[in-house]
Amino acid sequence: MVTTNKDPVLAVFSLSGGNDFMNTVIPYTNPLYRDYRPTLAVAEDQVIPITDELAFHPAMGSLKKYWDEGKLAIILGVGYPHPSLSHFRSMDIWATCEPDELGLIGWLGSVIQEIDPKAENVLTGVNFGRGLPRSMAKDGVPVASVGDLSSYGLLTGIEETGQRDQALDLFGRMYSPVLGRGVVNDYIRRTGLEAMAGADILGTAPGKYSSTVEYGNSAVGGYLKDMVQVHNAGFGTRVLFTTAPYNIFDTHANQAVGHSNLLMDISTNIDCFMTDLREQHISDNVMLFFYSEFGRRAMDNGSGTDHGSGGVAFALGEHVKGGIYGEYPSLELGKLEDGGNLQHNVDFRCAYSTILERWMGMDAKPIVGGTYEQLDFL
Amino acid sequence: MADREIALMAHLLRRAGFGASRDEVEARVAQGYDNVVEELLNVGDAPGIDEDLMYRAYPSYFDKVAVETGQTEWVYRMINNRYQLQEKMSLFWHTIFCSGDNKVDNARTTTIQIDKFREQGMGNFQDLILMLSKDPAMLYYLDNIESHKTAVNENYGRELLELFSMGVGKDGELNYTEDDVKACARAFTGWNLAPTIPVFPYGRTPFEFRYDPADHDHEDKTFLGETGPWNGEDIIDIICKQPATARFIARKMYDFFVADEPPVPSWRQSQPRDLAAINTLEKAYFDSGYEIKAMLKALFTSDFFKSESVYYAKVKSPAEVVIGTLRMVGHHTSPQPGLFFVAMEPKYMGMDLLNPPTVEGWHTGAEWINSGTLIDRINFAAGLLGDTGLPGVKSIIGRLMDRSDSIPPEEFVDGCLDLTGPLTIAEETRSELVAHVQAGGELRHGTESERENFSQRTGEMLQFIATTSEFQFG
Repeated sequence: MVTTNKDPVLAVFSLSGGNDFMNTVIPYTNPLYRDYRPTLAVAEDQVIPITDELAFHPAMGSLKKYWDEGKLAIILGVGYPHPSLSHFRSMDIWATCEPDELGLIGWLGSVIQEIDPKAENVLTGVNFGRGLPRSMAKDGVPVASVGDLSSYGLLTGIEETGQRDQALDLFGRMYSPVLGRGVVNDYIRRTGLEAMAGADILGTAPGKYSSTVEYGNSAVGGYLKDMVQVHNAGFGTRVLFTTAPYNIFDTHANQAVGHSNLLMDISTNIDCFMTDLREQHISDNVMLFFYSEFGRRAMDNGSGTDHGSGGVAFALGEHVKGGIYGEYPSLELGKLEDGGNLQHNVDFRCAYSTILERWMGMDAKPIVGGTYEQLDFL
Repeated sequence: MADREIALMAHLLRRAGFGASRDEVEARVAQGYDNVVEELLNVGDAPGIDEDLMYRAYPSYFDKVAVETGQTEWVYRMINNRYQLQEKMSLFWHTIFCSGDNKVDNARTTTIQIDKFREQGMGNFQDLILMLSKDPAMLYYLDNIESHKTAVNENYGRELLELFSMGVGKDGELNYTEDDVKACARAFTGWNLAPTIPVFPYGRTPFEFRYDPADHDHEDKTFLGETGPWNGEDIIDIICKQPATARFIARKMYDFFVADEPPVPSWRQSQPRDLAAINTLEKAYFDSGYEIKAMLKALFTSDFFKSESVYYAKVKSPAEVVIGTLRMVGHHTSPQPGLFFVAMEPKYMGMDLLNPPTVEGWHTGAEWINSGTLIDRINFAAGLLGDTGLPGVKSIIGRLMDRSDSIPPEEFVDGCLDLTGPLTIAEETRSELVAHVQAGGELRHGTESERENFSQRTGEMLQFIATTSEFQFG
């Protein structure tokens, strides 16, 4: 297990929509790549080589330095048996580690409960985005979902500060226990006070933070910046989660421009995230894992790519052993699944087990539902 | 107009629809309670919204590629359909006959199912469950397309009995055996989908039902004690005449329209909250030959529904929070920008329409509330009720001003509670609100600046009301 100065923190970032593996880590010397991608193949003189056979997409230049430093692990051909090409089903499988049944317990929900079984800290797990992601869902596990940290909290529609403080003060008094109004009413009042407590604590994070890093102006940039602020504030948050919203990696059409912009967005903002953590001297105990629910079809469709199976995941952090893990799935026609999808050769639960055992110091088996071979990126 | 009549009509319109402005409540009281119930139950031939206007403003609703488009269209209909009970019944059946686009992955197919609930939701239960058994989204969601004469998949056969019609048990007894599940599943073999045109790269062609006699098990089956070469229609016929089915629908209806019942898995052991009410609904089911409309009429005209003890006895579902608030403030009553973001709110509050968490549906009642969803519920409602530019809020301000030249704090607070409900809140909470108004000085509206101040303070009071625990009930 890795030793960190402070308790290890796991940040997870889902590239929802199905990121095109073959145009992220490009097998640029393989002639089949160009055969399959008459429209979308990236020219050989534009790619950013990382090995003799593989290269980053040109929009990922800002991640190259972490590769050179040996802090970026790339897990090739990640997936699971009998792949589902439905976004939501596949996301649920990654979220719950239940490939055959509809699971309801998120793997990170279990991690949070393991760390804080009595739910004493309402901020042990924080999601950046709206709603409760399936990955963090578990009965009895409180999770704050922060759409925008600078405006997070109750009654944020009230702009004038004095007026809002007065309103929150009144809210606190209105929600103070009034017994005998019914079990459900009492429960709502308790929950209201908990929510206010969580929001109060989170609201102090921006005041504790100052940075020279300028994040890209996108939803992802905002979420990653908020993650750093919450980590920096020292609330005891151990699990941070966010998602690229709107299934945006679902590039069926006009992929050449669209996918390039998406990779640019996540790469520059992940670079900002890492640079910012280093500037605040709080990077030692953070690891970022980013993945997508599946890769895309080997052949382009003339404009974009359709849903596929085997994909790519990344781990980035000071203690990560950079390098390539797993093998690039074969592009030979006979080795493709269902006529065009890259076969997975690393189960995503291998990556999860590695993170849980070697980073979080937990027994992975009950969380991922079995024993999986660990990888050596930690 | 008597306050009791207002309160009763507001209750009816909250339960049989998504609530109404005070103007509408008053107009409905004048119409007479029983007449309003008749109007709610009898949907006209023309659609309850101007569909041409909607499709012109939102052309993507024609060909729903993404599930979000289907959610947005449904939210628009729920706000604006003048046949409110039609939308409420679509939601009712969606919470029971669960299939989710997260598995079907074909938004048109998923939303066509909701359209059918809208058309047939108040019709005959036998027709409804036959439609459901041929519904492509359901056949796909519960794997009936994988159920073959030689290899039976029991998923749909089981859930049809357990979750859609009879329930596991009642009065301590089991309603059916595992052999009945097997017979039921065999009867639905061959109920399948026609080959579909591939959905990629751009479009989604809706799935279509196809019965394949060659893949159907034509042998004899014994189902609930009756033996014959049953096909799906025969099974549905047998299901519909079971007392268990009447009990199941009656409890579901009571839970949705009257007061929260315990969750379905406990129904074998737990007695209904109001057995006499359930018996009334069961009788309407059999007397009418399984007509849902007859059950609804019995429900809405009953004393148990009209009883003040069930006003605000239910925790509002996220759909009710969102649509109810929008209707109260009169927002998105015609096509305008921003509908998409409003339509995503139920999801943020834990009710991802068209994507129920499992075939069992959403856990309701207090389970709608956690620290994350409560913040969203409060902020959403407070944001709209505090917006003094919205027509419904303006109307509330106007009505308060009409009361007198200077309105005392207690009367002001009570007036706001009346016009957002009528809602009753804990006395301690009410005193806090009154004290807050007192501290703000006299409320007058003689001059322009006084009117400005009056409006702003009304918006603030409505926001406070939206934050109360009582506002979470509907």
